[in-house]
Amino acid sequence: MKKLISVLSLLMFSILILGQLPSVNLKDMEGNSHNFAKLNNNGKPMIISFWATWCKPCKAELNTIAEEYEDWVDETGVKLIAVSIDDARSSSRVEPYVNAQGWEYLVLMDPNSDLRRAMGVNNVPHTFLVNGQGKIVWDHNNYSPGDEEELYEKLTGL
Amino acid sequence: MKKIVFFLFTGISIYSFSQDDVNPTIVSGNIQTIGQYYQEDTLINAALPDQLLGFNGFANVNVQRGNFRAGVRYETYLNTLEGYPTSFNGTGFGYRYLSWSDEDLELTIGNFYDQLGSGMILRAYEERQLGIDNALDGIRLKYNPYKGIFIKGMIGKQRHRFEDGLVNGNGIVRAIDGEININEMFDSLRNSKFKATIGGSFVSKFNEDNNTPLFNLPKNVGASSFRANLRYNKWRFNAEYVYKINDPYPDNQNELFNYIYKNGEGLLFNLGYSKKGFAIDLSAKHMDNMLWRSTNVSVGPTDLLIGFLPALTKQHTYNLAATLYPYATNPRGEISYQADLLYKIPKKTFFGGKYGTSIALNFATSYTPKREFINDLGSSRQSYSTRLFSMSDSILYQDFNIEIKRKINKKWKFNVNYFNFIFEDRAVLVAQHHELIHAQIAVLDLTYKINRKHSLRWEFQGLWTKTTNELITTTEGESVYRKEDQGDWAFAQLEYTFSPHWYVAILDQYNYGNSEPSKRIHYGLISAGFINGSHRFSIQYGKQRAGVFCVGGVCRAVPASNGLTFSFTSSF
Repeated sequence: MKKLISVLSLLMFSILILGQLPSVNLKDMEGNSHNFAKLNNNGKPMIISFWATWCKPCKAELNTIAEEYEDWVDETGVKLIAVSIDDARSSSRVEPYVNAQGWEYLVLMDPNSDLRRAMGVNNVPHTFLVNGQGKIVWDHNNYSPGDEEELYEKLTGL
Repeated sequence: MKKIVFFLFTGISIYSFSQDDVNPTIVSGNIQTIGQYYQEDTLINAALPDQLLGFNGFANVNVQRGNFRAGVRYETYLNTLEGYPTSFNGTGFGYRYLSWSDEDLELTIGNFYDQLGSGMILRAYEERQLGIDNALDGIRLKYNPYKGIFIKGMIGKQRHRFEDGLVNGNGIVRAIDGEININEMFDSLRNSKFKATIGGSFVSKFNEDNNTPLFNLPKNVGASSFRANLRYNKWRFNAEYVYKINDPYPDNQNELFNYIYKNGEGLLFNLGYSKKGFAIDLSAKHMDNMLWRSTNVSVGPTDLLIGFLPALTKQHTYNLAATLYPYATNPRGEISYQADLLYKIPKKTFFGGKYGTSIALNFATSYTPKREFINDLGSSRQSYSTRLFSMSDSILYQDFNIEIKRKINKKWKFNVNYFNFIFEDRAVLVAQHHELIHAQIAVLDLTYKINRKHSLRWEFQGLWTKTTNELITTTEGESVYRKEDQGDWAFAQLEYTFSPHWYVAILDQYNYGNSEPSKRIHYGLISAGFINGSHRFSIQYGKQRAGVFCVGGVCRAVPASNGLTFSFTSSF
């Protein structure tokens, strides 16, 4: 047990660079596969938001951002990736909801929480801001009205 | 166990130190702890364990470097929270894995989660809030031999219990799965409006557990499935069929299903059309005797499950709609239909208002399959036959609901909901009175944005059950017609949020319409939370009523409690 702790701590204090994206294969709503580690936005920032169709604050956050998304894209070139953790029960509800709301995000499906586990997401909503070099520079695990303003400030501050 | 974990980490650390800085070491993980201090409250029959404190804690650490990835999860149940499976006890490692992957191959040893198709045939998953964890422990290989072709194979034992560490079940699960994405395979179809993905799986289990001398149980049980996802323009069609050979299993609640030699099958359809501002979606499901486990010995309801049986109903989130009469898939079998209609009335129109108005309609219904029993009811060896989508007239569940959501102006937003449920509690036994329950629920949810950072939110809910024609005498000596189950409820909540760090909420649930005046109880609760980045700390104090907590169509009964709950979650 002691050995385990020493190896673990050795590892954690060795050459660490936090905040790179994990390599997990996910499908978009059309069934095309994407390697998450390879997602990029040509040097521009990305927002990664974990959500589910049964999560009210998640939908409130993504709908609020949707109202201003065009402006954000014009100003910063940002791309939002909405990762749905809906499982087999509710994953068929994702596409109707996204289209009915008219979201222009890239929506990826994580039905068995593989990416969620890899990114250490406990619960939704959990939103990450990734800079143009692919590093996570900010994250927030909650949504209350007004939180989008903090995200916007961080985004324009990059 | 400890040796294995040590081995995994030594392996990856040696590997990581031999690499240059092109491949940085990435460490990620999270922590989640929930503690509850229980107080005595005989009025609501609150849980009061001897140790007074329940505490569940989880910490994951993942390390990635180059093509290697490894991780562990440390779990603590000291003692397990009330309502959580009692088979989780102690503190120790519950999960560890090592994996290696390159462009087209991925190898995992140790624990892993996976899902084939919709999961009816196999789903190894974790639903921590419900205490479900059937992680496989073994070896998995994923291979992508040609673009658009995906193959995977796996073998392992399933996690069963936790006793100061992972305890696997005895059975062995073996699975292979293949999937072809036609559009990725052929370059000429890459940009076609027609898209197709087809797949198939074969899963088998081996187990020798047998606690009955009466039957000769099969040691190997196989199941196969086929699935197809087709799309054309804005249309989408999914189908999946799964077939399982007979797998007798004890059923203590219903003799007709006890150790039956009956094949299981499941068929799932989904047809949808969606465009900007409008979507329609139809689903149908036939499922019979598809529950299977890697054991033939009676275990807890969510233990050692190989497949996942999705419920075709919407998962509700408003308290009264979500926790009194929520639907979970009937594991013996059901025939279900669901229809969804979503429409967004465009903004700047008379009905749409300045920002547009969203309307969502949902209808879902489930019935027991029509079963023709083969033997007379005097025999202990029963079986029956079913036909696809041939249903009996016994309803299990019906849910009609409508949601209207609108932003009025920069300050005000509202959300109005109406639900109409028919809930057969004799099939699931989660309510106080096991009967056919008819309930109507109305919800008004209002948000007022005081300024950029401060908001108030009000929630008002009412639930009304049908009055029966059964005359009862209350403790106060009055004669009244009894209302179904616990009668009527009112719910009110006020929440104040100060973005991005704080929230405080107060709520009350009142069983004002219980036919028995002594049971007209208030359940008051106050909660507060602090959020900073990925750290989240919350505390709540008050009474929680007994209810049903569900995630993904799987539910767990939660006992009533009174006391202080605190939780902390964080990611790194």
